Amino acid sequence: MERQPYSLFALACQAFAGHRGWKPAWRDAAPKERYDVIVIGGGGHGLATAYYLARNFGITKVAVIEKGWIGGGNAGRNTTIIRSNYLLPENTPFYEHSLKLWEGLEQDLNFNAMVSQRGILNLCHSDEQRDSFERRGNAMRLHGVDADLLDSAGVRKMAPFLDFDNARFPIFGGLLQKRAGTARHDGVVWGFARAASDRGVDIIQNCEVTGFVRDTGGQVTGVETSRGTILADKVGMAVAGNSSRVASFAGLRLPIESHVLQAFVSEGLKPVIPGVITFGAGHFYISQSDKGGLVFGGDLDGYNSYAQRGNLPIVEDVCEEAMALMPMVGRARVLRSWGGIMDMTLDGSPIIDRTPVPGLYLNGGWCYGGFKATPASGWCFAHLLARDEPHPVATGYRLDRFASGRVIDEKGAGAQANLQ
Amino acid sequence: MIIPCPYCGPRDTSEFFFRGEARPQRPQYEDGSDAFVDHVYERVNNAGAQVEHWYHAAGCRTWLLVKRDTRTHAFLSVTLASEQKR
Repeated sequence: MERQPYSLFALACQAFAGHRGWKPAWRDAAPKERYDVIVIGGGGHGLATAYYLARNFGITKVAVIEKGWIGGGNAGRNTTIIRSNYLLPENTPFYEHSLKLWEGLEQDLNFNAMVSQRGILNLCHSDEQRDSFERRGNAMRLHGVDADLLDSAGVRKMAPFLDFDNARFPIFGGLLQKRAGTARHDGVVWGFARAASDRGVDIIQNCEVTGFVRDTGGQVTGVETSRGTILADKVGMAVAGNSSRVASFAGLRLPIESHVLQAFVSEGLKPVIPGVITFGAGHFYISQSDKGGLVFGGDLDGYNSYAQRGNLPIVEDVCEEAMALMPMVGRARVLRSWGGIMDMTLDGSPIIDRTPVPGLYLNGGWCYGGFKATPASGWCFAHLLARDEPHPVATGYRLDRFASGRVIDEKGAGAQANLQ
Repeated sequence: MIIPCPYCGPRDTSEFFFRGEARPQRPQYEDGSDAFVDHVYERVNNAGAQVEHWYHAAGCRTWLLVKRDTRTHAFLSVTLASEQKR
């Protein structure tokens, strides 16, 4: 299929031609017999992996296999936040790499992903919390990441509608990362799919993996799918939410539990929330989409689930936190809520590594931080698949870190998946 | 979700604390670090029927052995953890 570049000129030409000349953005491919690399999972991470395999390493005999349609899983269920305000040295460079890729993504992909660097503000509600935010901000600056510690007056200037003098959770200040923001989740998936397809990657939808093909030595040499056997030299899993299930086809057990995380959107409102705001006394975050809906969420439901829907106690909890933070939202109506399945690792950090099974590679365990990581996750997983060694910014994300004790416990919560 | 507690009858999940997959027993010191890594970190994480521990924190404060379908949240059986075979 001939590549059709998107530009103002192309738009003007199409406008005069009645928009009848637009072609599909990517090829809906049928599976071939053999590929160099198969990536299981047609979400943001899988498509980004395929794109960077082609772009950075010239590996174009690649198939992305998706059980449903691309972007129909967690890529369509997140709250679209991008940021790199992490404390630990294993995390900060990785997420900063991701944020830098976000900053140039639209030009690179020739696709409008609506990346908007409107900032993220983490609020603190006690002296101790301000100290820990100062520490995190300093750690970020040591890695060259922007961070500003605001006092209560500084926060008031940005978001005067917050409940500053709340009796239980007064707002002491906040840690602001100005370069953080939001992106259009569907646009990210479509942009990566189109750019990967342009470079020769086969995107195969409605094709569910049901098992692995292995040779006598145990090496993975392909996948069994609902559309037949497909062979490959290397197979990568990018199926966060279902990593344990797919890995079990190869007899692997992972340090991962699947949990449901709910998200919510309100009716459309006029612009009111300047960026992303997080509540420090509980777990609540909110931003406003370009359509005007308030997009918000909170904690996991707290029990293992593959159901993609949650229960009412968390709905109540999230709405209570919203009211404690910004009582003005009480008059907005919740339009929709939904649930996505998270790969919760036992230290809250992801895994990008080889598995003990030769030929099988794992990208998963994204907890609820997968969306912001999309470009860097694909970049680093492509590096691992192409070179068989980890990318320098992802060396900490080893599968064996739980056995070796090198866990990356950003929250300091311990080995309890529902606390990460 | 409503959990049918053997003592208290059907109660709302917000009264319960989820502990995770029901593991038979903590390994012994002699079993070595691999056994502990397995016990602390590795999970089966089955999509389907899973046996797990719940604690009725805001009720009878009993540990429960629950069989639940993780794909549908249906509770298949709820018994007392103290009666679990080790």
